Amino acid sequence: MEILRMKGITQEFGGLRALDSVDLTVKAGQIFGIIGPNGAGKTTLFNIITGIYVPVEGTIHFNGQEMKRVPPHKVAGLGIGRTFQNIRLFNKLSVIDNVRVGSHAVNHSGFFSDLFGLPPARREEKEILKRAGQLLNMVGLYEKRGEYADNLSYGEQRRLEIARALALKPSLLLLDEPAAGMNTSEKAELIELIYLIRREFDLTALLVEHDMSLVMQICERIAVLDYGRKIAEGSPDEIKGDEAVISSYLGVQA
Amino acid sequence: MEAFLTQYIDAYYLRIIILIGINIILALGLNLITGVTGQLSMGHAGFMSIGAYTAAILTMQYAAPFWLALLAGASLAAFFGFIIGIPTLRLEGDYLAMVTIGFAEIIRVFFLNFEPGGKAVGLYGMPQYTTFAMVWIIVIVVILLNAKLLDSRTGRALYAIRENEIAAEASGINTTRMKVLAFTVGSFLGGLGGGLYAHYMSYIAPQDFGFMKSIEILNMVVLGGMGSIPGTILGSVILTIAPEMLRIVADYRLLFYGGLLVVLMIFRPNGLLGDVRVYDIKKRWLKKEGE
Repeated sequence: MEILRMKGITQEFGGLRALDSVDLTVKAGQIFGIIGPNGAGKTTLFNIITGIYVPVEGTIHFNGQEMKRVPPHKVAGLGIGRTFQNIRLFNKLSVIDNVRVGSHAVNHSGFFSDLFGLPPARREEKEILKRAGQLLNMVGLYEKRGEYADNLSYGEQRRLEIARALALKPSLLLLDEPAAGMNTSEKAELIELIYLIRREFDLTALLVEHDMSLVMQICERIAVLDYGRKIAEGSPDEIKGDEAVISSYLGVQA
Repeated sequence: MEAFLTQYIDAYYLRIIILIGINIILALGLNLITGVTGQLSMGHAGFMSIGAYTAAILTMQYAAPFWLALLAGASLAAFFGFIIGIPTLRLEGDYLAMVTIGFAEIIRVFFLNFEPGGKAVGLYGMPQYTTFAMVWIIVIVVILLNAKLLDSRTGRALYAIRENEIAAEASGINTTRMKVLAFTVGSFLGGLGGGLYAHYMSYIAPQDFGFMKSIEILNMVVLGGMGSIPGTILGSVILTIAPEMLRIVADYRLLFYGGLLVVLMIFRPNGLLGDVRVYDIKKRWLKKEGE
């Protein structure tokens, strides 16, 4: 079953063609990797899926629903969570509040209910807090729940972003360079975490990453972008052997 | 109550305590917009004047009950906050600040030419309905509701917008809607403070609600600590008392006032209680109990 289908996606920024009719189909439950050199259009693709950009041409379907022109906050409500290449946490909120904000899309209490602390809001609060605690436990940040987000180390901040994205109960999780800036042991932990997430939440993960060993290890399918074009797609082994990919990105191994 | 209190407190001090209360209401309104949601508004006096004039005209010319006049003034201010909110909230930072300054000026000039508002002379002779007890009961209610709101789904969404708008959107927060909400509620409190002010001073004129008044309220929020309820209260107290204390330096009063702001901002750039929120304190207590 397909969860995400993009067809002929083209995006231009003032004459620069960032994406050139890219097709991408992601099956439910897959861990799908997108690789390619800097400036290949990987993050642009994420921004199109999440509604930050409206593509010049092409169609996007998520669970069969047309997604073009759906604003970012509604995209989140439909079950697409994401992390950012340049970490975007709520720095002056506590760790647990970051995760609690993340659950905004799946809760409903409104202004008056919140203002007067009415029973529906209070019930929801309890649930939000409990779930935030569970998610923090899972990414190993429960002990730091009271700290400001910007007091966390780099690797912890990346894990907190993942926990925040999971709070909206996504069926599709977009990870934008989750391993960037991590050391070897942090990377190993990240791989464990991604496996754990998929097992626990039954979700599909789409990730952009530069770390080849990580991508080859965890992705079941990989697409390669170069100058806005998709030059290859396949299993890790197929990608490793692909002539075009080797010459433009992986390089010839001695 | 007033007569009772003046037996113990000098009428001058009582006056300052009442003005502190009114300023806390005004500043908590602006705190919601600028401190919590991060939308720099420099026209809070505009909303205050809408509340003040509306309430004064209703009690004087239509003999409306005070509570109704207050509510009507605050609601009209909220309505304008909502109307201003929609087009301007697509703007950010400096641009939004300029639009809000412009809005407050339009309101001021409007009242300068508004016949029922007494034009440049203003309105005078409003009955002094605003009492010590009334102001402080309203202050307490406003503080409690504010605290409740900020520790909820809505409140966290407002903070999230201040911290990172793109991430807030990606978490499912309709940032435009939330910003309009902050503006509406903040303006409501501005109008409420204005109505209380008009019926305490018994005299209002357009120049009472000029740019400097907006800045004065903004100072209370910034000095106390953006987004912090205790901070905003402390900022309101200090900046209401400071000009009075500085009467001893007579002509140099404004110089010292300005100097005070500069020094405080150098030593506490995040405001006096910038990092303190009501529910942080609550959490600290809970933690102590748990351990």
